[in-house]
Amino acid sequence: MDATTGPAIAAVELQSARRAMAPPSRFGDKAFEWLTLLMALGLVVLVILLGWELWRGSSLAVRKFGFHFLTTSTWDPVAEQFGALPFIYGTLVSSLIALLIAVPLSIATAAYLTELAPLWIRQPLVSLIEMLAAIPSVILGLWGIFVMIPWLRDYPFPLLKRLFGWTPFFTGPIYGPSMLAGGIIIAIMILPIVTSISREILRSVPNLQREAAYALGATRWEATRIAVLSYAKNGLFGAVILGLGRALGETMAVTMVIGNTPQIAASLFKPGYTLASVIANEFTEATTDMYLQALFEIGLVLFGITILSNLLAQLLLHTMSTTFTTRAVQ
Amino acid sequence: MHSKRADNHTWRTIKSGLASTVAFISALLVIAPLGLVFFHLLVNGASSVNWDFFTKLPTPVGTPGGGMVNAIVGSLELLAFASIIGIPIGVLGGVYLAEYGTARGNFALRFMADVLNGVPSIIWGVVVYGLIVLRFKSFSAYAGGLALGFIMVPLVTRTTEEVLLLVPAGYREASLALGISRWKTIVHIVMKTALKGIVTAVLLALARVAGETAPLLFTAFGNRFWNHNLSEPVAALPLQIFSYAISPYDDWHRQAWAGALVLVAMIFLVNLVVRFLTRERVAQVP
Repeated sequence: MDATTGPAIAAVELQSARRAMAPPSRFGDKAFEWLTLLMALGLVVLVILLGWELWRGSSLAVRKFGFHFLTTSTWDPVAEQFGALPFIYGTLVSSLIALLIAVPLSIATAAYLTELAPLWIRQPLVSLIEMLAAIPSVILGLWGIFVMIPWLRDYPFPLLKRLFGWTPFFTGPIYGPSMLAGGIIIAIMILPIVTSISREILRSVPNLQREAAYALGATRWEATRIAVLSYAKNGLFGAVILGLGRALGETMAVTMVIGNTPQIAASLFKPGYTLASVIANEFTEATTDMYLQALFEIGLVLFGITILSNLLAQLLLHTMSTTFTTRAVQ
Repeated sequence: MHSKRADNHTWRTIKSGLASTVAFISALLVIAPLGLVFFHLLVNGASSVNWDFFTKLPTPVGTPGGGMVNAIVGSLELLAFASIIGIPIGVLGGVYLAEYGTARGNFALRFMADVLNGVPSIIWGVVVYGLIVLRFKSFSAYAGGLALGFIMVPLVTRTTEEVLLLVPAGYREASLALGISRWKTIVHIVMKTALKGIVTAVLLALARVAGETAPLLFTAFGNRFWNHNLSEPVAALPLQIFSYAISPYDDWHRQAWAGALVLVAMIFLVNLVVRFLTRERVAQVP
C-alpha cells in the first residue's frame, strides 16, 4: 500500500509545486501594453484628423481662390468673393499689441517671482497668477464689453489721442471696440502663461550663475540682469513665441471687443477682425458651400500659423532646459 | 577716489531697489485684472444669483426673471461626455508615455501632444463640425462633448505622464522583484501611488474645458429649452453667457453676469480642491 501511495503523493506535490513556480502568464502584460499604446496612438489620430478635416473642408476654396485668398481683401459672401487679408492683418496686429504689453510685464513679474521678491510673497503671487489663467475667455470678454471698453473710451484713449495724435496710429474717432482694445484683452489672456513659463525658465538657471555674480559683488538687480536674464535669453524668447501662439488663436474675448469689421486701417482706434473671430461669428451663418469652404480655409490658415509659432517655441524651449516641465504650458 | 567709489556703490544699490520696485509694480499689474474681474463679477452678478437662477429656464425677452438651469445641466452633460472620451485615452496614453515605449517614439508622441495643446480651441470646433455636424446634419450634444473631449486628451496625457514619472523607480523594482507582473505593478503600485496626481490632472483639464466657448459655438450650438435628446442642440453655461453678453437687453446682461459668476465660482472651487490635493501629494512623495 505504502509503496504505491508514496510516489503518487510525491508526484502530486511536485506537480502543485511546479504549478506554483510556473512563470506568470504574460497575457495580461501584453494586453495592457497594447491597450495603453492604442490610447497613446489617439494623439496621432487626432493630429491626422485635424489635418484631414481642415484640408477636406477647404479643398474647393483652396482650388478656386488659390494664393489670392491670402492677398486680397474683399470678403463678400453674396458675390462669393473671399479674401482673408484683413483677418490675417487683424490677427497679426492684435497679437503684436498684446505681445508689446504682455512681454515686459510678464518677464519683469517672472524675475520678481524668482529673484527679487521676499520669499513669503512668492507662493501667494504664483497662486493668484494661476487663478487669472483659470478665468475663461468668455468671462474676460464680458468684462471687456461692460467695464474695460467704457473705461478705455473715457480715459486712456483720449489721452493717447492727445499725446500721440500726430502719428497715424492714434487718429480718427474713438468708438470703443477697436484693434487696441482687442490687443489689450489678448494681453490679459496671455499674461499668466508667459509669466509662468518665464518663471519656470528662470528657475532652471543654475544657482552657480547667481553665486558667481554675487561673489563678484553684484547687487541683486545686477545679478538678475547679468547672470540670470541674459543666461535664459533663448528660453525667454521661447516663452514669448508660445505666448504669440496663444495670442493668435485667442477667440472669445477678442471677438467681443475688437469690433468685427474687416478692414485694414492704420489707426488702432478703428475696429478690426481676426481669423478666429470671423470663424466664431460667421460659421453658423454660412449658407452656401463656398462660404463654408472659405471659413474652413480661414481655419486652415489659423491652424498653420499657430502650428508654426508653436513649433518654433518648442524648439527654443527644448534647447533651453532640462528641468522645464509642461505643467506651466497648460 | 574713495568717496567716488562709495557714491558708485550707493547708486548701484538705489538702482537695484528701483528695479525691484518696477518688477513689483509689474507683478501688481499682472494680477490687477484678476481682482478687477472678480470685483465686477460680484458687483454685477451677485444680485441675480438666486434660487430662480438655478431652477428656472430662460424667459423670453422682456419677461424679467428666469434662470439658466438648462445651461448648467447642459454643461454637466457635455463635461460628462467629454470625460468619457478624454479621461481613458488621456490617462492610459500617459501611462504608455511614462512606462512603455521607446525613447524616440515617445519623444514624437510627446511632441504631438504639445502641438495639440497649442491648437486654438475654435479649430477643434471646426474639425468636429466637419466630422459630426455636417455628417449627421444636426448640431448635437455629442458633437459638443466630443470637441471638449478632444481638447482634454493631450492635456490629460501630458499631466498624467508627469505625475507617474514622479513615482520613484524603487517602487516598481520592489514590486517586480516580488514576482508581480508588470501591468499589475503599474495599476496597483504606480498608478495607486500617483492617484491624487492623476485626479488633479483630470480635474484641471475639466475646469479648463468647462469654460470653453469657442469649440461649442457650432457643435453644441446652445438651446433655450431643455434638451431631452443627445443628438439635438444643447445649452451650455459659457455659450449662454456669450449670447446674453452680446445681446442688446439689460435684463440679459444681468443674467450674463450672474452666469459668469457661477461659472467662475465653479472653476475656482475645482482649483481650490486641486491645490488641496497637490499640497498633500508634495508632502507624501519622498
